[in-house]
Amino acid sequence: MENSNTVLFRKELAPDVYQIRVHAPLIASERRPGQFVIVQVDSDFGERVPLTIADADPAEGSITLVVQAVGKTTHRLADIPVGEGIANLLGPLGTPTHIERFGRVVCVGGGIGVAPLHPIAKAMKEAGNHVTTIIGARNQSLLIFVEEMSRISDEVIICTDDGSAGRKALVTHPLKELCETAPKPDCVVAIGPPVMMKFCAETTRPYGVHTIVSLNTIMVDGTGMCGGCRVTVGNETKFVCVDGPEFDGHKVDFDNMMQRLGAYRKHEASAHEQCHLDMEASRLEERRRADGK
Amino acid sequence: MSHREPSELAREAGAKLREVLAAGPLNPKDRMAIPAQEMPVQDHVDRRGNMNEVALGYTPEQARLEAMRCLQCRNKPCVAGCPVAIDIPAFLKAVADGDPRAAIDIIRRNSLLPAVCGRVCPQESQCQEPCTVGKALKNVDKAVSIGRIERFAADMEAAAGTPDVPEVKPETGRRVAVIGSGPASITVAADVRREGHAVTVFEAFHKPGGVLLYGIPEFRLPKSIVEREIAALKAMGVVIRTNFVVGRTRKLSDLVSKDGFDAVFVGTGAGLPKFMGIPGENLVGVFSANEFLTRSNLMRAFDRARADTPICNCRKVAVLGGGNVAMDAARTAVRLGADEVHLVYRRTEAEMPARIEEVGHAKEEGVVFHTLVNAKRFLGDSYGCVRHMECLRYELGEPDNSGRRRPVEIPGSEFMMDLDTVIVAIGNESNPLIRQTTPGLGFNKWGNIVADDDGRTSLPNVFAGGDIVLGAATVILAMGQGRKAAQAINSMLAAAPKT
Ligand SMILES: Cc1cc2nc3c(=O)[nH]c(=O)nc-3n(C[C@H](O)[C@H](O)[C@H](O)COP(=O)(O)OP(=O)(O)OC[C@H]3O[C@@H](n4cnc5c(N)ncnc54)[C@H](O)[C@@H]3O)c2cc1C
Ligand SMILES: Cc1cc2nc3c(=O)[nH]c(=O)nc-3n(C[C@H](O)[C@H](O)[C@H](O)COP(=O)(O)OP(=O)(O)OC[C@H]3O[C@@H](n4cnc5c(N)ncnc54)[C@H](O)[C@@H]3O)c2cc1C
Ligand code: SF4
Ligand code: SF4
Ligand code: FES
Repeated sequence: MENSNTVLFRKELAPDVYQIRVHAPLIASERRPGQFVIVQVDSDFGERVPLTIADADPAEGSITLVVQAVGKTTHRLADIPVGEGIANLLGPLGTPTHIERFGRVVCVGGGIGVAPLHPIAKAMKEAGNHVTTIIGARNQSLLIFVEEMSRISDEVIICTDDGSAGRKALVTHPLKELCETAPKPDCVVAIGPPVMMKFCAETTRPYGVHTIVSLNTIMVDGTGMCGGCRVTVGNETKFVCVDGPEFDGHKVDFDNMMQRLGAYRKHEASAHEQCHLDMEASRLEERRRADGK
Repeated sequence: MSHREPSELAREAGAKLREVLAAGPLNPKDRMAIPAQEMPVQDHVDRRGNMNEVALGYTPEQARLEAMRCLQCRNKPCVAGCPVAIDIPAFLKAVADGDPRAAIDIIRRNSLLPAVCGRVCPQESQCQEPCTVGKALKNVDKAVSIGRIERFAADMEAAAGTPDVPEVKPETGRRVAVIGSGPASITVAADVRREGHAVTVFEAFHKPGGVLLYGIPEFRLPKSIVEREIAALKAMGVVIRTNFVVGRTRKLSDLVSKDGFDAVFVGTGAGLPKFMGIPGENLVGVFSANEFLTRSNLMRAFDRARADTPICNCRKVAVLGGGNVAMDAARTAVRLGADEVHLVYRRTEAEMPARIEEVGHAKEEGVVFHTLVNAKRFLGDSYGCVRHMECLRYELGEPDNSGRRRPVEIPGSEFMMDLDTVIVAIGNESNPLIRQTTPGLGFNKWGNIVADDDGRTSLPNVFAGGDIVLGAATVILAMGQGRKAAQAINSMLAAAPKT
């Protein structure tokens, strides 16, 4: 059995958000909810970037990734046509989510975070939990996985910043309401941008509701050998790639984590800009060729 | 040390060699009178701006002269100093006679990686330490430069074209899994494959080579040498599966019970960076040497124009530690354009575990050494970026059990260093992944696999060697362990015919 890393299917879910199914039977059969892969689009000069396994089909031997094209690597990944392969794919990595029959579980997904949340919510439901899902996005066009989440949740609450779909609210509003209503949740799983996870943890803290967050630090190897992904959790240093990616949200030092995420911002911005320039150039080139015909 | 032009060294050696050859047979006194040959190196100003190898290698004349310094001692003290017991006087004689091809054949009987070991072995504490010439001249630096001559013979072989693919016996139908692709694993793969067993190497990274690739920088060990060794393995029919992390992609026990491997060798190294556990260690700008070096070497971030992986724009750097890893990190920082690189070490220079040559090169390149100093905490700015390091001064106290004088802190000696980058190079431990996912495999309290002299572990058919057994050690020791484990695997497979 070998991973060919061939892209089997590709679809744009929302602007700059792509769902990609990849042939990787080894990973598909071993992976469990909460785990991720490391992807590299060029063996010599490419960057290694972590992406959560949003779904897997061991029968087909495929895994599904949901990628938000934010920088050079994610853009290039989203551009790989069906039938072609991804240079390098390593996984499954990270400690799987602890799934248990807690009782009432609230799953909060912000933006692209809904994708990694999906396998966890599904497993929580299968374990016999009552699952309430809160999905948040800036506007309607950025909402993803609503149908998939509706299928596996007992209840779905949608929030948008501008009110173009569902409630005009931040995800922390319904979360607070749920914490205040009896019976209050037994467990909250929040995945999304770091600020969202931070405020979800702040929201549940006064109610003492156990809150799991999934951290998306910068990584290099993803196997515990570089320490680049480290975060401070309850005054201890943890490696997100092996000790996580999930941690107790009430113990994570989010401010330090967000500062560390910004370590290479300047470099990334220029690489991203260059990437857009390159893409623009190849688009112009294509058009010129088409016009020439 | 003043820089001597390689062309000048070559000219001098040429003249000297003619003189020596004309004088006829050499007696020991003549040999001792031959000047020790200096290694030609890249100019220390030029090399601060490039990644090219610093040590350029002996010319044929230099190699012959240096080999002629060997007294051919009957008791061969040097051989006892080499962990794999290469027949040193024999190969030196071949080089002295102008036959490096014969020399490499002698070396290859014991070592699989002469081009690597000739470059990175800590010779001054191994083969060259007991050398009679060095002893007679009361200076280990004046010992016969065995490592440099070994490198010369290996480089000559490579320059002569593709070496013959080692002979592989007819297929036995037996299968061996090798986990990791560092020097221990490379050795096992070659030695086991030679006996006709099918070998698959599993490597977590996207490229094989282990520390030789991601840790030791190009300026000390060109990647083309590592690639050559890997190509030789492939030519022998060894299958290399990269992007495969045993314990996650597949468990070790599954390789045996489900995938039908008859034996497994674990050579996963010591890849877990140690931190000091002091305040401020998670500030932006504080890196492990592993991260810094992996970004620069494996991910090629040094090549800023082409690589997607970023590396910090360091200006004022402190490197903590005194081993090879610390030297490599400091010298990489120099090459990335740092204005100041400070090496901070808790003991004195005499205790530094780094190769003497690298300490010398680091100093030539402008790295500032601060010994008997250690970091106490790091302080950052409002963006969470490291800006200062509070240090403490130490003095050497009473000798401890090992006879080494322990550094003890001097109370009240705190002082501040301003900086924007800290690289922690205080050692590596073993990665717990295999431990956590392989029940029954015995580990010691430091997390290293317990193995006997032949690499046998507590699990049947599972062998281990290299840094995962020794703790962070050396290339040659890893290779030596691989050799022994391969022998044990081969005899085990020969004794138990295929069922
Ligand atoms: C465990 C884990 C799981 C992840 N799962 C997913 C996923 O399922 N889908 C997905 O789209 N993304 C996911 N990410 C984030 C993803 O890895 C980054 O978006 C990616 O590395 C960006 O690479 P790039 O070269 O395209 O952009 P870059 O040019 O490197 O960065 C562009 C922008 O993204 C930010 N960024 C860089 N690295 C990260 C990071 N690791 N996390 C968040 N932001 C980052 C930068 O600050 C910058 O603003 C995950 C991250 C982790 C650690
Ligand atoms: C920066 C640096 C400089 C050094 N300088 C010198 C020097 O000058 N001289 C010297 O003699 N020694 C030096 N050393 C030490 C030397 O490199 C090591 O002792 C040697 O490489 C150990 O070899 P190994 O085969 O045990 O493992 P390694 O070389 O560590 O290789 C282990 C490999 O296994 C892989 N791996 C780990 N876990 C898994 C898994 N679960 N599944 C699959 N693959 C896995 C890793 O990715 C890695 O590629 C240096 C080390 C470093 C870090
Ligand atoms: S392998 Fe290392 S120790 Fe042995 S002779 Fe060569 S350089 Fe010396
Ligand atoms: S100890 Fe030195 S002089 Fe003697 S045989 Fe070895 S290398 Fe030659
Ligand atoms: S990514 Fe390197 S240790 Fe986690």
